[in-house]
Amino acid sequence: MNLFVVISFGIVSLITLLGALGVVTARNVFASGLFLVLSFMGVAGIYVLLEAPFLAAAQVLIYAGAVAVLILFAIMLTRRVMSDTGGSQTNNQWAVAAFIASLLFIVLLKATGQEWPISNQSPPADVITALGNAFLGPYLLPFEIVSVLLLAALVGAIIIARE
Amino acid sequence: MAQALSQFMPLWLGQIIQYVLVGTALVLFAVLNMLFITWMERKAIGRFQDRIGANRAGPFGLLQPIADMVKIMTKEDITPTAASRIIYNVGPLVVVPPALLVFAVLPFGWGLSGSDLNIGLLYVFAIASTATIGILAAGWGSNNKYSLLGAMRAVAQMVSYEVPQVLSIIGIVMLAGTLSLQGIVAKQAYMGWFILLQPLAFLIFLTATMAEVNRTPFDLPEAESEIIAGHHTEYSGLKFGMFYLAEYISVLFISALAATLFLGGYTIPFIPTDNPIHTVLGPFVLIAKTYFFVFLTMWIRGTLPRVRVDHLMGFAWKALVPLCLLNILVVGFISPFINLWTQSLGNLAFLVVIPVMLVANAFMFGILYFFISRLVRQNEVKLAEGAVPAR
Amino acid sequence: MLSVPLSAYLIVAAALFCIGLYGTLARRNAVAILMGVELMLNAVNINLVAFWRYLTPANVSGQVFAVFIIAIAAAEAAIGLALFIAIYRSRDTVSVEEINLMKW
Repeated sequence: MNLFVVISFGIVSLITLLGALGVVTARNVFASGLFLVLSFMGVAGIYVLLEAPFLAAAQVLIYAGAVAVLILFAIMLTRRVMSDTGGSQTNNQWAVAAFIASLLFIVLLKATGQEWPISNQSPPADVITALGNAFLGPYLLPFEIVSVLLLAALVGAIIIARE
Repeated sequence: MAQALSQFMPLWLGQIIQYVLVGTALVLFAVLNMLFITWMERKAIGRFQDRIGANRAGPFGLLQPIADMVKIMTKEDITPTAASRIIYNVGPLVVVPPALLVFAVLPFGWGLSGSDLNIGLLYVFAIASTATIGILAAGWGSNNKYSLLGAMRAVAQMVSYEVPQVLSIIGIVMLAGTLSLQGIVAKQAYMGWFILLQPLAFLIFLTATMAEVNRTPFDLPEAESEIIAGHHTEYSGLKFGMFYLAEYISVLFISALAATLFLGGYTIPFIPTDNPIHTVLGPFVLIAKTYFFVFLTMWIRGTLPRVRVDHLMGFAWKALVPLCLLNILVVGFISPFINLWTQSLGNLAFLVVIPVMLVANAFMFGILYFFISRLVRQNEVKLAEGAVPAR
Repeated sequence: MLSVPLSAYLIVAAALFCIGLYGTLARRNAVAILMGVELMLNAVNINLVAFWRYLTPANVSGQVFAVFIIAIAAAEAAIGLALFIAIYRSRDTVSVEEINLMKW
């Protein structure tokens, strides 16, 4: 059972990181959109390994089923012709950007290497009920504010993208 | 099963064998039933159109699906020249797995489901919503303006109808108290079948799921009488066969889902869920109810005309979503009382719950009737004044 | 489930964040920059959920926070993409190197 988990973690992380690399290095911008979907599915797999099934399903439903579709639509609506890949996809500062990103990665490696106070409790058996109680209990105000925010985003997006 | 095999081999090997066997059984179930459904569709649509349907290939045309499959597999595989090879191939590749993966949570009997997730229903809708990516890739990779347009329309339709589909189920989830499909089936033994408790949600769910799988009357993206076939115009041979496969497997799945959510799944009425008869007869009962819904889908296909594209979106957002929200409100009001009755009355709770919910649904139907009659009266006034009613 | 150490998840999240950062800084197409931002948000979410699972699993606040981040990321993607479509309509390009002057 241990081996299953470790192998699954290795495979899922590989899928996530390869998808992310595909996003930033693909020649064709639609292909990087598809790699983004792969990355989202990988992240959903990581949530399953972390015993957060509701979050995994929400990630697939929202990110892969809606945000990715939105991004692909935007790509399709902002090209002049379909075989136009826009020339080079990277701008002139890519070397500096790569240097900064690797520097940040090294800093984060050091930061995450410390000893964390790992607890030996286990997650609640019925996560969905616990989440429901949390949303309608201590986190009621953020919940309502997020719904107003989504309404504002919906109306705003429609008005901005209208003819 | 893994425990039984563990006498011969280590536990993890037994588990792997169990997963592989169950997975293969589910995929075989889906594909074999899909072949039968394609035959049934030819015959049923033929009869609805006052003709016999396919009867040349074998007795009663029963070998017709096999003939279809052979034809699809031996067709020449054409790839448009200016299409991007990889994206063009990704289309059919991404449309088939969601259609098959959702069978993992369907309960076929007491203790007989591939994997009884406690987020079963959410898993179904999450996986089904990823098929839109395949359609977009198919439309873009074909390098054909009309494919692209058809793909965008198809995806807009699917994404719009996901909202009433999920919202209509929330009433059932509130009544059952769980998202797990086995739990929903078990609750129906106490409360009565959900089709009696939530008829409005049943109608909305049926409409929305038929729009989700692009079934008439919502099949604008792929209809045969349109000039171009939408996102699968440029596909031939086995790649088109993949789209065909995915569509009919989806029809099978949504019928099975409707049977599980509204008609009690694998249970026989008045027999408690954990009776061993449900392990033996369960799958057959479920298949009978599923084919009732499949026949209903074909009946609707043979009867109703296609919905126009501009009516499609308005119907989803302006009619179905407010009705779903009204349904959720009403169920939310009545839910505490229902909890009370199920706890105090136990197995006889359905005697009280069904009439109360029927009254509540009658109230909602009354509101719906009021709005529809107002709309009809407005259209009649406009017609009398000489204008054409175009909403 | 605790057979994978917490630092493994944190390293994956850090790598994802850095790849997203590179994508945001080094790409020309505006939509590709937004994709980099989405990768960074996902990396933050993985971090949150990993810390929730290993440090305070009994209290679901970690997952609640992650759900809020998903909702806000979706809203931000919608508005960003609407803006890019409007920009494309008036400038006929979404390359950020050419969208560098206000109206004159």
